[in-house]
Amino acid sequence: MKKYSVFAVAREAMRHHTGWTRAWRDAAPKKKYDVIIIGAGGHGLATAYYLGKNFGITNVAILEKGWLGGGNTGRNTTIIRSNYLQDPSAAIYEKSRSLYETMSQDLNYNVMFSPRGVIMLAQTEHEVRGYKRTAHANNLQGVSTEFIGPEKVKQLVPIINIDGPRYPVLGGLWQARGGTARHDAVAWGYARACSDMGMDVIQKCEVTGIRQSGGKVTGVSTNKGDIDCDKLGMVVAGHSGHLADMAGFRLPIESVSLQALVSEPIKPCMDVVVMANTVHGYMSQSDKGEMVIGGGTDGYNNYTQRGSFHHIEETVRALIETFPMVSRLKMLRQWGGIVDVTGDRSPILSKTPVEGVFVNCGWGTGGFKAIPGSGWAMAELMAKGRSPLTDAFGLNRFVEGRFIDESVAAGVAH
Amino acid sequence: MLTIHCPNCGITAEETEFHAGGEAHLKRFGPGSSDAEFESYLFMRDNPKGVHFERWRHNNGCGKWFHVARDTTTLEVFGSYSAQTTEPPQDILDVITDRHPDWTQGRNA
Ligand SMILES: Cc1cc2nc3c(=O)[nH]c(=O)nc-3n(C[C@H](O)[C@H](O)[C@H](O)COP(=O)(O)OP(=O)(O)OC[C@H]3O[C@@H](n4cnc5c(N)ncnc54)[C@H](O)[C@@H]3O)c2cc1C
Ligand SMILES: [Zn+2]
Repeated sequence: MKKYSVFAVAREAMRHHTGWTRAWRDAAPKKKYDVIIIGAGGHGLATAYYLGKNFGITNVAILEKGWLGGGNTGRNTTIIRSNYLQDPSAAIYEKSRSLYETMSQDLNYNVMFSPRGVIMLAQTEHEVRGYKRTAHANNLQGVSTEFIGPEKVKQLVPIINIDGPRYPVLGGLWQARGGTARHDAVAWGYARACSDMGMDVIQKCEVTGIRQSGGKVTGVSTNKGDIDCDKLGMVVAGHSGHLADMAGFRLPIESVSLQALVSEPIKPCMDVVVMANTVHGYMSQSDKGEMVIGGGTDGYNNYTQRGSFHHIEETVRALIETFPMVSRLKMLRQWGGIVDVTGDRSPILSKTPVEGVFVNCGWGTGGFKAIPGSGWAMAELMAKGRSPLTDAFGLNRFVEGRFIDESVAAGVAH
Repeated sequence: MLTIHCPNCGITAEETEFHAGGEAHLKRFGPGSSDAEFESYLFMRDNPKGVHFERWRHNNGCGKWFHVARDTTTLEVFGSYSAQTTEPPQDILDVITDRHPDWTQGRNA
């Protein structure tokens, strides 16, 4: 792999950019791997990366039915924060946020991490109390957040209307080290690093069956033939239920569509991320100048990567009250992704009823922020059989009634 | 946008009149059941990629619950039927097998 640097850019500028090589190899499947990861989204790729980097396991294939990062990783609105309520969540999300800070250097790939700050608006008394509680919890967890008043919100976000008639801004939960990153670059950066370690990233390779013998996984069937493995990681977000069905078990997950949209590009007007959970809308401005907008999920099970128009309408209607200037913007694009939602809005990183099969799913509407931390933890779980970061997120929590309730922290999509 | 028929009041309307209520035909487990049965009833879902039997409520209309059979990969609605049943009626199954001859019914349904 050629290292990217200012010297490389200068050298290539001198020779009309003829020397750039492919960032990762297009591989054909081998007969057998130590570990197969299904799904080349951020979580699958990060899992593979840390299997190699932290545990020296590099005989790994990452199988992707479409193209790299073409699932939710390339469809999300890239909000990164770690101000969750429960301790296990704070641990894994904060691990993840801190890994984002050095990701560009670690991967030698610019993921454009922008710790611009994230505000979650409190627009009802109930939310004020909820976010104060979260801020206290975060302080105990060592996650730096603070509850700020409406004047501070207005100062950070001049375009906001803090005294709207229905939902005045009463304050906000502010995480100064939260922000955004370039989603595609996260997938591409990990793919390049994995490929460099000798791993095979195989696109257009759809897993159609999980092969087992005596309750233990032996490999997968794909449209490119059977591939054997000792361990299997299913990291397929919205398709987790479908893959689990192939392996013969069920998951406490439902797949629904989550939509987002972007406006035409405009001059810089908002340099933080603002989330308004009561009205189900959130917004940030991309480096290109587009306002990136997201809302809540559709209500019904869906695998089509599109959703119902009235949800877009609801999101925009809600945002217009808080950001009147949005009413003058033309919207350019709208899309959907299939998110994997659990009952307690927390992810599942777990062993499964099939020996050697591990799942990493249930990140639902908010897993982009968790990519590096989840990969770190999942790699440890797969290599060693357990990880302190994943202990609380096992499937057994549903039998034991030991939920990690983040329905307040993650009540809206982000 | 889905178009849905309410078998309770006979109205066919677009989705915004209704509220989705998740998987239908879950078998309720009560006191004395095993942990696995409770887990299955409370949390485990078929979440199929394909035919899904689900509950809907006509909440901006007559307010009553009913069931819908729908394809989660095409968003095609096969039909609605009464919630007062533990399994999908034959006429709905006929519509589904007519559209997908090799379809077989999943675990919960
Ligand atoms: C509109 C939208 C906005 C969002 N906004 C945010 C946000 O602001 N912040 C945040 O933190 N999170 C956000 N999320 C959530 C976030 O995108 C996801 O949690 C995260 O990207 C999940 O990553 P993943 O790697 O698990 O899944 P994915 O990126 O979906 O990757 C799974 C991959 O598995 C592949 N696959 C599926 N089945 C098979 C098969 N049989 N064989 C081979 N491959 C298969 C898929 O093609 C896919 O590429 C948002 C999601 C959406 C849809
Ligand atoms: Zn009705």
